[in-house]
Amino acid sequence: MTTTQQRPTTRAPRPDDATRPPRVISFSQKLSKWDLRFSPYLYISPFFIMFAIVGLFPIAYTAVISFMDWDLIRGEGEFIGFDQYIWILSQPHFWTALRNTFSIFLLSSVPQLVLAIFIAAVLDRNIRAKTFWRMAVLVPYVVAPIAVGLIFNAMFADQSGFINGILQSIGIGAIPWHVEPFWSHVAIATMVNYRWMGYNTLILLAAMQAVNRDFYEAATVDGAGPVRQFFSITLPSLKPTLIFVIITATIGGLQIFDEPRVFDQAGRGGSAQQWLTITLYLYDVGWGQWNFGRAAAMAWILFIIILLIGLLNLLITRTLVRDEGLRRELSKRQQKQQAQRALKEAQS
Amino acid sequence: MSTIGTPTPVATVAEGIPTAREQRRSARTRRIRGARPGFWTYGILGAVFLSAIFPLYWSFVIGSGDSTTLRGAFPWIPGGNFFANAASVITNPAVNFWPALWNSIYSSFLIAAAVVITSTLAGWAFAKLRFHGGPGLLVFVVATMAVPQQLGVVPLYILFSELGWTGQIGAIIIPALTSAFGVFWMTQYLRQAVPDELIEAARVDGASMIRTFWTVGMTAARPAAAMLFLFTFVGAWNNFFWPFIVLDRQNPTLPVALSLLQSNYFVDYSVVLAGVILATIPLLLLFIFAGKQLVSGIMAGAVKG
Repeated sequence: MTTTQQRPTTRAPRPDDATRPPRVISFSQKLSKWDLRFSPYLYISPFFIMFAIVGLFPIAYTAVISFMDWDLIRGEGEFIGFDQYIWILSQPHFWTALRNTFSIFLLSSVPQLVLAIFIAAVLDRNIRAKTFWRMAVLVPYVVAPIAVGLIFNAMFADQSGFINGILQSIGIGAIPWHVEPFWSHVAIATMVNYRWMGYNTLILLAAMQAVNRDFYEAATVDGAGPVRQFFSITLPSLKPTLIFVIITATIGGLQIFDEPRVFDQAGRGGSAQQWLTITLYLYDVGWGQWNFGRAAAMAWILFIIILLIGLLNLLITRTLVRDEGLRRELSKRQQKQQAQRALKEAQS
Repeated sequence: MSTIGTPTPVATVAEGIPTAREQRRSARTRRIRGARPGFWTYGILGAVFLSAIFPLYWSFVIGSGDSTTLRGAFPWIPGGNFFANAASVITNPAVNFWPALWNSIYSSFLIAAAVVITSTLAGWAFAKLRFHGGPGLLVFVVATMAVPQQLGVVPLYILFSELGWTGQIGAIIIPALTSAFGVFWMTQYLRQAVPDELIEAARVDGASMIRTFWTVGMTAARPAAAMLFLFTFVGAWNNFFWPFIVLDRQNPTLPVALSLLQSNYFVDYSVVLAGVILATIPLLLLFIFAGKQLVSGIMAGAVKG
């Protein structure tokens, strides 16, 4: 074991330190020292023990199983290399599911974030009954995704649904929500938007309220209108929060299962896989066809996709949204360089 | 009239007339954020509110009608059949409503309580105690938040079926007892809520580590712990994917029971939606009591996170 670092004492050395007799460490002091050294590990251990068993072990074991032809009855598998991955990537259903997942993800996250920023900007104004409005936008968040799915599935019903009723009464005509892939994606994305928009609105609102009001004052004095102020001050200030929200939406959006599962009674992604998503497909392979090796491989493919898209999002958001106050905030390296320069000047 | 009885004249003045400073301030606020926003602001907010409430109201209207209610038309007024529909959900043997409700209540409660305890302990260590590997472990914990749930379900299912726990509610409680998000949340909160001097003072006074945690840490953590409890409770209550895999039809949670509602047995939307409303009421009640905390929790988490 390595030695454990102790909190440095702040006491300055006293002149009589050397002449003092060495202190006898009593039992209680020893106990206290041990307490100091091992307590942190004791405190994190409940989390990490559980986490290792139900969090980390399954992740690693999924990788192992994904290289196997898993036998359910014997409860063990035979190593077959990348065959499961190859099988999945050669399935047309997988590519349909991938396309559907992306389509639903984009249709849900993009309008959702644009609307959330807009509503947050409205809530950021000097309105009355702030708490009431904030609570009002959050109501859908507590409704279970399954419940949201069932409600909207009924609203989007092709024959007698509420939405088609409205569309017909204003002369547009009924839309085949459960037939056309695109329209089924719109309907499912609506469910996601309904549940998550208020949540993201509040996160963005919090970031907006943290923006220094003096910036707006200065901008007003300089003659910038509200729109210009929004794009030049508000949006750049939201950047870290936007990255957070987009990454969270990506992780959640690419895993979508609940809403498409109850979009019809069979729950298998539609008669022609119109709204089959990767997780729906994973469920079907794992617990419909009882092929755990393939399901595990699919889980890893999904994870890799999420990682890639997350990184891509990070890069895009970084470049698209302009940085705020570059002059004020220097990177750590720049700060170091500046400090070194100052030190040299002082020495010379 | 005597002025002797008037206690603090400053306070009485400040109540009615704004001070010069306040006047300057409010003028500034007006100029920057606009005057009290006009009709269109409340119009937008009203529309957002209605779109949040409407699907619930609409499903109540359909859920209180009978199977002949025209869903394409505009049924604005609830019918009188809600209790009949709800009763047919509750009494249907395929749904197991009461066991599902009870399962949801106690599993969500246990999960939220356990997450609060494990997260507060670990968060305290990460935020306020120095130990080898601490920062690295914290980064690792946060990184695992990006791992999708699907990555663990196959081995977990194998594990629980070896233990003979499939179909048991324990199979959804055990994997949820800890939360990486919870540890991150408590670490962030405790880091700024507890000054290091307070801990040093407690240590100097001879308090053991566990005593310091209990008196200083737990006291400071209380608001964040309450929020973490709420979020975990809502999350556990609404979770579907894993319970749907591991639980069977005899012993479901509410979301699983709801998904069974829409199986082949039922095509009657008024019954399905009555069930949806029935299953949503508990969390709506929770929201009415704790919505304010949820709102401030989301907003606090965003700024610090």
